[in-house]
Parts: sequence; C-alpha cells; structure tokens
Amino acid sequence: MTATMSGIREATDPSCTPTVTATATAAIAHDSAIDWRAVKADFPIFDHEVGGKPLTYLDSTATSQKPRVVIDTLHEFYSHHNANIHRGLYALSEAATAMYEQARAKVARFIHARSSREVIFTRNATEAINLVAYSWGRANIGPGDTILITEMEHHADIVPWQILAQEKGATLAYIPLDPATGTLQMDKLDDLLTDKVKLVGVVHVSNALGTINPVEEIIRRAHEVGAVVLLDGAQSVPHMPVDVQALGCDFLVFSGHKMCAPTGSGVLWGRRELLNAMPPFLGGGDMIRRVTMQSSTYAEPPARFEAGTPAIAEAIGLGAACDYLSAIGMANVRAHEVAISQYALERFAEVPGLHIFGPLDVRQRGATFSFALADVPPHDMASILDSEGIAIRAGHHCCHPTMFALDVAGTSRASFYIYNLNEDVDRLVAGLHKAAQIFGV
Amino acid sequence: MDDLYRANILEHFRDPHHKGVLEHPDASYEDISTSCGDRIRIDFAISNAHIADVRFDGQGCAISQAAASMLTDMLPGLSLDQALALDKQAILDELGISVGPSRQKCATLGLNAMKRALAGDHWVDEDEEDF
Ligand SMILES: Cc1ncc(COP(=O)(O)O)c(C=O)c1O
Repeated sequence: MTATMSGIREATDPSCTPTVTATATAAIAHDSAIDWRAVKADFPIFDHEVGGKPLTYLDSTATSQKPRVVIDTLHEFYSHHNANIHRGLYALSEAATAMYEQARAKVARFIHARSSREVIFTRNATEAINLVAYSWGRANIGPGDTILITEMEHHADIVPWQILAQEKGATLAYIPLDPATGTLQMDKLDDLLTDKVKLVGVVHVSNALGTINPVEEIIRRAHEVGAVVLLDGAQSVPHMPVDVQALGCDFLVFSGHKMCAPTGSGVLWGRRELLNAMPPFLGGGDMIRRVTMQSSTYAEPPARFEAGTPAIAEAIGLGAACDYLSAIGMANVRAHEVAISQYALERFAEVPGLHIFGPLDVRQRGATFSFALADVPPHDMASILDSEGIAIRAGHHCCHPTMFALDVAGTSRASFYIYNLNEDVDRLVAGLHKAAQIFGV
Repeated sequence: MDDLYRANILEHFRDPHHKGVLEHPDASYEDISTSCGDRIRIDFAISNAHIADVRFDGQGCAISQAAASMLTDMLPGLSLDQALALDKQAILDELGISVGPSRQKCATLGLNAMKRALAGDHWVDEDEEDF
C-alpha cells in the first residue's frame, strides 16, 4: 500500500493541484499491468472475516465497497478542512469550497464533460433523474407527448416519468425486452420513435441482467426525431470508460456509492444548453442570485440545482474515488470485469440446472449475473450463500417490468467489481453446489 | 445453515399441505412482503366461529411457503380466538429452527395473512409492533 497519508493530503489540500498519481496505489505494479490482489488490499472491508469466513462480496451492483483512500479523504476533510462552502469569507471555508469545486472538476474529467459547470451534485442517481423529470420535464413535456423508456429500467428511471406523465397527460411507452436474449427489441424502435417522443430514458448497463445496451444507436435515432436522451449510467460509469461527448447523450446520471465513493454522492451531468434553460428543482439557499419578497432570480448552473448545504465531504470523497479509479484506468477496470465474466461463465456452465439471464457474450454484458438454479427460490439461495460468507442479492432488483418480461418473481444476482478475483467465482460456484445439494436438485 | 433447511421444511416446500384456494371463502387475505416479494394468500371456511377448512396459495422462498403449509396443518378445528392467539413462536417452534431477523418476516408471512383474514385490517403485523 503506497496510498500514504502524505499522498492523500496532497490530493485533498486545495492549495496544491492534486494529481491523479497522488492516489495511485500499489495496485499499479509494473507498467500498466494491474495487480488486482493489491487492489483488493486497498479495501479495508476485506481485512476482516464475516462470521468466521472471508467476505466474498458479490453485491457491488447495489453498492460498492470503499477504498482506504476514500475513507481517509472523509476523515481528513472532517479533521482538517470542515466548513460550509460558498459562504464563508474565512480561509477554512474558502479551502472547503475549493475542494468541493475540485471534486466537481474531477467528476467532469472522469466522464469527459466539456466543463465542470455541466456537473451537478445530487444524493444519488435517483435524485438526479427526479431533478430532470421535475425541472426539464415539467417545462418540456405536455399533453400528448411521449416519454419513451425501456422494460429494462430501474424503478428510478420509471417512477419519476410515471409521475410526470400522469401530471401532464403524456404517454409513457416502453422499448420491450426480449426475454430470450435479455436484450432490447431494437427492431421495435422504428415504430416507437415517433415525433411525439420528447424524451428517451435508457439504462446504459442493466442492473438486473448485466446487458450493455446499444445506447449509441438509441441516442442517434432519438436525436433524429428531436428527442432528448437521458442515460442511466449507474451501472456503466463505475465499470467502463464513459465519455459523454463521444456518446452524445443529453443527460447522464450515476451514483457515487456504486463507484467507490461515499453514499450521498451522486451526479447529474447535462449539456450546458439544456441546463441553462432549465428552471430550478429545489428552492433555497445557494441557488439564487437575488431574492426579493415575492420573487427571485436564479443562479447559473450548477448552483441553480444545488439548493441548500450539499453533501460536501461526500462530493470530495467522490472526487477521490474518481482519482482512484482513474489511476487504475477505466479501460483496465472493464478488462478485468470482462476477464472475470469469462471465467464465471465457464464455471457456471459446470453447474447443472443453472440458468443465466441476459447475454452470454461477455462483450455484450457487464459483470452482473442474474441467475436461477432449478427451482431454488432466490431468497433461500441468498441465505445459503450467506452462510458461506458470500453476499449476493435476491429479488426483483428494483426492476419489476424486467421481471414481468422474464416471467419470474425474482432472480438471484451476483456481481463482480475491481476487488473480486477468480477465487470469488470459485466460492460462488461451490455455494451453488451446496444449494443444489440442500434442495436436492 | 443446513439446519435452516431441515428435511421437514423442504418436504413442506416441495409438497405443501392445503395448497390452493377456496371457491367461496368466509375470510381471505393476501399478504405480500414488500422486502422480498413473497406472497401468501390464505382462505378460510368458518362455521360456528371455528375454522372448518383452510387453503393457502403463494409464491416465494422455502421458509415462507413451508411455514404457511405447517400453519395450515395447525388450524382446522381451532376456534377463531385460538387461531388468533397463535404467535410467532408457535410458527418458529413448528419450523424447529432459529431464524435471523431478515428471515423472520418469511416465517411469519402466512401467520400475518391469517390474522388479517380473521381479524380484519385492524390487525398489526407482529413485526410491525416493534416500531
Ligand atoms: C441502473 C440503476 N439505476 C438507478 C439506480 C438507483 O441508484 P440509487 O439508489 O443510488 O439512486 C440503480 C441502483 O441500483 C441502478 O442500478
């Protein structure tokens, strides 16, 4: 571990420009080859056993573990730099403000935004989508308009649009899911993408199936009919290089807590022209230019959308997480997940009665695997694996429409991230055999 | 853990007792666990304030389905008061296992459905009483 305290101080001290290498760790061993075991050692949660067994954490789709450098950044901030931002005229507040704004710049670089003014801090992806639905949606969606989403969406990218559609008399339409392949039925796009469609919301990588959706094509074709595209990057930004300019989307949302950052940190990225034209979301301090008794004028983005005291330390933690992941390299993260997915699929093939939902081609999927083992209920699967120290998720994964399309009540789901190794796949497969034995399948 | 899936539980799961619905139930309730989506519907035929017949239908984990099946074995012939007096411990004793907090809701899903069916919506789920 070379992520020393001095390195972290350097990264969080606003008086010096932090460099990506300041948070580089022993993980980066020789040249560009990554020592993934050293990456795992960056995560203190794995220092301790759970119930006498080593922790096999296969639920990073729900939330990721946190590297020491991020945990230390929080500690460091509260110990040495804590103050409210954007208001104080004293050194401490100015320093905290600079750190917060530096974190914004780090996030902007991480997703290749044109400017950090396009990055709005939210609590999570859910709040980011609600912000767009409330602010952009109420100003731009009217009776008879269509909002087009997919059957693969997380509830976070469904319910805000339902609320908006009900309020405005708009239609909510879905790109259907092909249950056999776990991919979107792209041949339906021609019929669905009418000129009534004002917004297309699509999940970049499915949290329920692992499917990587053909978002470039969806974005291109949505733009042809003049629709705005919101990309739910909750499961892509943590796991692969994402370049908002290359993708050409209009909004991107993601959650910091799924990418090594603290809970309470999330992001809405929006194209500047769109953000500039949008009315506020929450009203309050920090988002105004001037308040008179009856009305106010609003600050420019991003401040316009960050009313009240934000999650300062968490945002700075997200900046540290961006540095950490950048030091590993997002292409390397993706390569690692492809390799572990390949290995997992090979090992899964050995388990009789195991069905994997979603694409079987690793180029078309992330390292999130929904599965069913014969008729073992997912909930029981999770309990049996838990007794082996293996944390998976069971249920509908906040994707009821996906589960309807698959005609299942729920699935068991194992997901892999940068701290998982092939031995975690081996433990999972051993656990699957145990479940099969208990249930006599 | 293997304890959690004792043979009797798996037998009830694989071959549940009183599975199905009654055509004209005197009382009925369907409970869905919001946390895991497990579902139990329980139907009663009642005569002279006693349980004459019972059926359950549902979907979910082995614990919730086996516990409901075991519950239905305990009910026929009981007075409504006796049925309503059954508590979580009675179900856990029948299951013969100790379950952690996250699985207690599974074990009591059928019991809570029964109490709602027999006592109406005024019933408060055992697990909610703590709050
Ligand atoms: C694809 C997707 N979208 C949105 C969300 C919502 O994220 P959060 O709960 O952090 O707002 C999740 C979280 O599971 C997700 O996987």
